[in-house]
Amino acid sequence: METLIEFFSFKYPNIKYVVFGTILLSISSAVVGCFTFIKKKSLVGDVISHAVLPGICISFMVSGSKDPFLLIIGAFISGWISILVMDAIIRNTKIKEDAATGLSLSVFFGIGILLMTYIQHSGNAAQSGLDTFLFGKAAALVGKDLMAFSIIAVIVLLTVFFFYKEFKLISFDQQFAKVIGLPIRRLEMVLTSITVLAVVTGIQAVGVVLMAAMLITPAAAARFWTDRLSRMILMASIFGAFSGISGAFISYSAPSMPTGPWMVMVLSIIALISFFFAPRKGIVIRQWRRFSIQRQLLEENLLKAFYRIGENSGEHFNRVAVDDIQLIRNFSPAQLAKGLRKLRVNGYVQRANGSWYLTNEGFEKGKRITRLHRLWELYLTKYLRIAPDHVHEDADTIEHVITPELEARLVKLLEYPTEDPHLSEIPK
Amino acid sequence: MDAFWIILTGSLVAVSCALLGSFLILRKMSMVGDAISHSVLPGIVIAFFIAGSMQSIWMLVGAGILGILTTFLIEFFHQKGRLQTDASIGVTFTWLFALGVILVTYYAGNAHIDQDCILHGEIAYVPIDLMYDSQGNPIGPKAVIILSFVLVLILAFIFLFYKELFITTFDASFASAIGLNTSRWHYALMGLVSLTTVASFESVGAILVVALLIAPAASAYLITTQLKTMLILSSGFGILSSFLGYWLSYLLDGSIAGAMVTVSGFIFAVCYVIVRIKK
Repeated sequence: METLIEFFSFKYPNIKYVVFGTILLSISSAVVGCFTFIKKKSLVGDVISHAVLPGICISFMVSGSKDPFLLIIGAFISGWISILVMDAIIRNTKIKEDAATGLSLSVFFGIGILLMTYIQHSGNAAQSGLDTFLFGKAAALVGKDLMAFSIIAVIVLLTVFFFYKEFKLISFDQQFAKVIGLPIRRLEMVLTSITVLAVVTGIQAVGVVLMAAMLITPAAAARFWTDRLSRMILMASIFGAFSGISGAFISYSAPSMPTGPWMVMVLSIIALISFFFAPRKGIVIRQWRRFSIQRQLLEENLLKAFYRIGENSGEHFNRVAVDDIQLIRNFSPAQLAKGLRKLRVNGYVQRANGSWYLTNEGFEKGKRITRLHRLWELYLTKYLRIAPDHVHEDADTIEHVITPELEARLVKLLEYPTEDPHLSEIPK
Repeated sequence: MDAFWIILTGSLVAVSCALLGSFLILRKMSMVGDAISHSVLPGIVIAFFIAGSMQSIWMLVGAGILGILTTFLIEFFHQKGRLQTDASIGVTFTWLFALGVILVTYYAGNAHIDQDCILHGEIAYVPIDLMYDSQGNPIGPKAVIILSFVLVLILAFIFLFYKELFITTFDASFASAIGLNTSRWHYALMGLVSLTTVASFESVGAILVVALLIAPAASAYLITTQLKTMLILSSGFGILSSFLGYWLSYLLDGSIAGAMVTVSGFIFAVCYVIVRIKK
């Protein structure tokens, strides 16, 4: 707790810079990441982050200095080239996107490693520290470096702010954007350029490998909470900023801990929580929804079977043996047992001496499902001219979702029918 | 003699990777291979602390488990969470890699593994690290022995199950129609990819394994339409990369693995130009 207060009081100006820097870098990558996510090109960030390495090395070899602006120019150029190479391979050969992506990133990185080791072995004293690009050094982000990267992050954010509508259009519906006369190619170039810039700056914080996470993970997490791009970008930025602060704090309170990997860890935890527990889109709620629909189907199909048995014998409240139900509709024994148990808990059936009988509520519900089933069959034969022996399957699906309003309209449309196409009575 | 061992190690890695990589490319799963090569890291670290040493067999087991877990998670987020594949791959491997780096740092004091060696390995040390028989006589470099074992395993797998691999790769729906369990073959292949990754990571590093998985196979894919030819050609390209790469690194005094990848990229470029001219 004390460390927490100490940390947030920004007693040491160094902390202030580090926190400020990581937040800015995280936000700019998160924002750009939302667009690459929507274009389903998330791994482009991974390609760029590996491909900047040869550019950094070459610009160091040419200039002989580690001036951040010079290195960024080199990184920017080789990042761009890697994208062009990847696109050319996809366009001109039978090689698919996945292989072109992997090829481009790994070969560029290999060349980068070759050049970097060449520089290291050449004995140039100024080279030490070039490899921070490989692993990132968020905790040592100060001085001129911080200045350079903050300026770029701000440029990226401003570009997105001014071109928000255009980027949104080309990301979602390129055809439409073309039709209304947007300069697609130029906009794509701007978007790719700011992606490269965001990656080049982000690498400083987390390094080559984990850079992909800074782009992809906040966007993927945010996607589970909203369908609106503006909100998605906002949430992704918040996730990114939070991970930046947490990463800086963790490596402050435990100095041996690396900032970058912890930032990614925090982001990943946020993403995992979103994947599983987000309302509406989370895995848990999705599975639960599927489960409860299956349960509803089972219950209604059982009640329908009870109703049919009653119809055949003319007495709806008689005791029914399990075997009789199986004769009407083939349930698996486990499902049958589960369904009957549920029905009894809900008060639709009662049990006596190993056989079952309907309660009043159960009878009404079974009757309604049967009625909907037969109404739909009649509708299909009468209005869609489908043969009576082909309508059962469809009716079996739709009977569970017809609302009372729709039911009323069906009845009116079919002129208050009494018999279905198989001449069974449609119960009232 | 050192040059011989280094080129041999490189060739063993390159051929194992080329064979598996051919299937990855045809199945459009290259990036899953990339993801696995990164996410085996926590498996290696955990295996290291369970076994207490760099005992290779535990590392292989740990990495194998992590590789299959990675494959499973990618599928799980994609199918149950409806997350698009690219994002699913990206989130999964970066998460596991971050976990691995944190574990490495946490145990940094007593481990012989660090980020540097995981990312770009050091093949130049291969001839020094020997394996001894029970009398204490050197048999050969440890890496060569382990990699030979992995290569034999891969060759046996492909020879024995060529037909199954062929069918599940080219026509998955036909494969399941005739009763093959496509996901079992999927996971078997990915298990082998993780084994290869971890067996080669000490010598060439994780990211460069990816290059050797994809580049030779992609080059071969450009110039042939036969699976068998593709497997042979890509292995040949792999060996060529290893051979030329060694001499390139000798000339430049740079990383051997980096040079191998550079050569394999160059071979791809040559194939690309040939195919473009022929058109």
